[in-house]
Amino acid sequence: MPQTTIIMNAGAMQRALTRMAHEIAESNESGADVVLIGIQRGGVLVAQRLAKIVSEIWKNAVPTGTLDVGMHRDDLAAHAAPPMHPTVIPFDVADKTVILVDDVLFSGRTTRAALDALNDFGRPKRIQLAVLVDRGHRELPIKADFVGKNVPTSLSEKVIVRFREEDETDEVVIEKT
Amino acid sequence: MTWHRKHLLDIESLSASEIMTVLDTARAFKAVGTRAIKKVPALRGKTVVNLFVEPSTRTRISFELAEQRLSADIINFSAEASSLKKGETLKDTARNLEALNADMIVMRHSASGAPHFLARFLRASVVNAGDGAHEHPTQALLDTFTVLEKKGKVAGLNVTILGDILYSRVARSNIWALTKLGAKVTLCGPSTLVPRVFEEMGCRVTYDVEEAIREADIINLLRIQHERQRKTMFPGIGEYASLFGLSKARLARTKPDALIMHPGPINRGVEIDSEIADCGRSVILDQVTNGLAVRMAVLFLLNGGKGPQEIAI
Repeated sequence: MPQTTIIMNAGAMQRALTRMAHEIAESNESGADVVLIGIQRGGVLVAQRLAKIVSEIWKNAVPTGTLDVGMHRDDLAAHAAPPMHPTVIPFDVADKTVILVDDVLFSGRTTRAALDALNDFGRPKRIQLAVLVDRGHRELPIKADFVGKNVPTSLSEKVIVRFREEDETDEVVIEKT
Repeated sequence: MTWHRKHLLDIESLSASEIMTVLDTARAFKAVGTRAIKKVPALRGKTVVNLFVEPSTRTRISFELAEQRLSADIINFSAEASSLKKGETLKDTARNLEALNADMIVMRHSASGAPHFLARFLRASVVNAGDGAHEHPTQALLDTFTVLEKKGKVAGLNVTILGDILYSRVARSNIWALTKLGAKVTLCGPSTLVPRVFEEMGCRVTYDVEEAIREADIINLLRIQHERQRKTMFPGIGEYASLFGLSKARLARTKPDALIMHPGPINRGVEIDSEIADCGRSVILDQVTNGLAVRMAVLFLLNGGKGPQEIAI
């Protein structure tokens, strides 16, 4: 039986997202072609939540997209092929500020794959990274620009992010096996 | 929905959920084909051999482009220009290719079971690109993908396969794929080429073409495989065209939304009227586009295959 600890409840998650949205709004100019792209699957809902709050702050809609990085992973030969989810980028990324969004930042390899995948769609002016949870253990020189919560973890632990759209509630838990 | 196979040898041994995994993956790869940069690095550093012992143009080109779009290195090997002509056995040819550290072998052969034979002793993944009259799994997957894309479902649809069934690997693979996904399959053609024994695969056999196409949602026309025929099996081109060819008059008596499919190459004026091949209900060119996406998906899935087959073999 795995032992689980809640590290963010619904309220804490909402506060973290609100703060991240304000930081995004502060460090970028309103209307300056900012778009949010969620990395499949966990980053998609985080991107939508952030976009909603940033849109309210700026009083104009921030476009969002989704990006599947399965075809760009560097560990394809080591595992069974990952399931594919839709990549939907309904705008031109050229000369935009793209904020890549993921739920958990861990080794950094997903982010690296996302940077490669995004490259196939054009040349953004700038790419920033927003993550709800940074759990450490980076294997690549990658650092997030916007972080909801830093959570020190051990490698044997699993960080699980749940969303009310898919599960019963918003929460982040650590599972010890 | 995970994929644990090392080889794609036939549809018969796949489950419905494995077929759906390929089709879902293919949808993502079809989207890649619409981007400005149509290439992804999924098979970078992998070597794929296209071993086409039986001549093929469209399947080989489709596989080759799929491999290129996945960034694989490619060796093309055709029977005419190879050592098979000089008396080398298939096994030795394959071993030689493996000695070059090939990761995957895509194989077309006139003998049924040839890819299964290779898969027994090679470390590389084997993809069956058509073996004799046995199976042509990627064709069935792309046909099923096209049906799903155009009709939104496969289960419950009436699919009529019309033509040379006996010698057709496309028909066999399609029957397996469609029946596994719940479609109702009807086979029709000259009685010499559509034996009743196919009823054991779970489909209906009829020799009345009007009845076969009346309720069909999909009409899949097959080419008469002259290269595999004995003369006695077949009445003659003109007789076939008038008895079983899809003419405008026959098309008028089908459901208005019935779609026309054909694996190609088409023989205009034989199994299909020239005008019908180009009409709005023909999805023949969609099949070609989808073939590329499906083959990318298959190669992508096999690359990561760390399944029981690999351990068993």
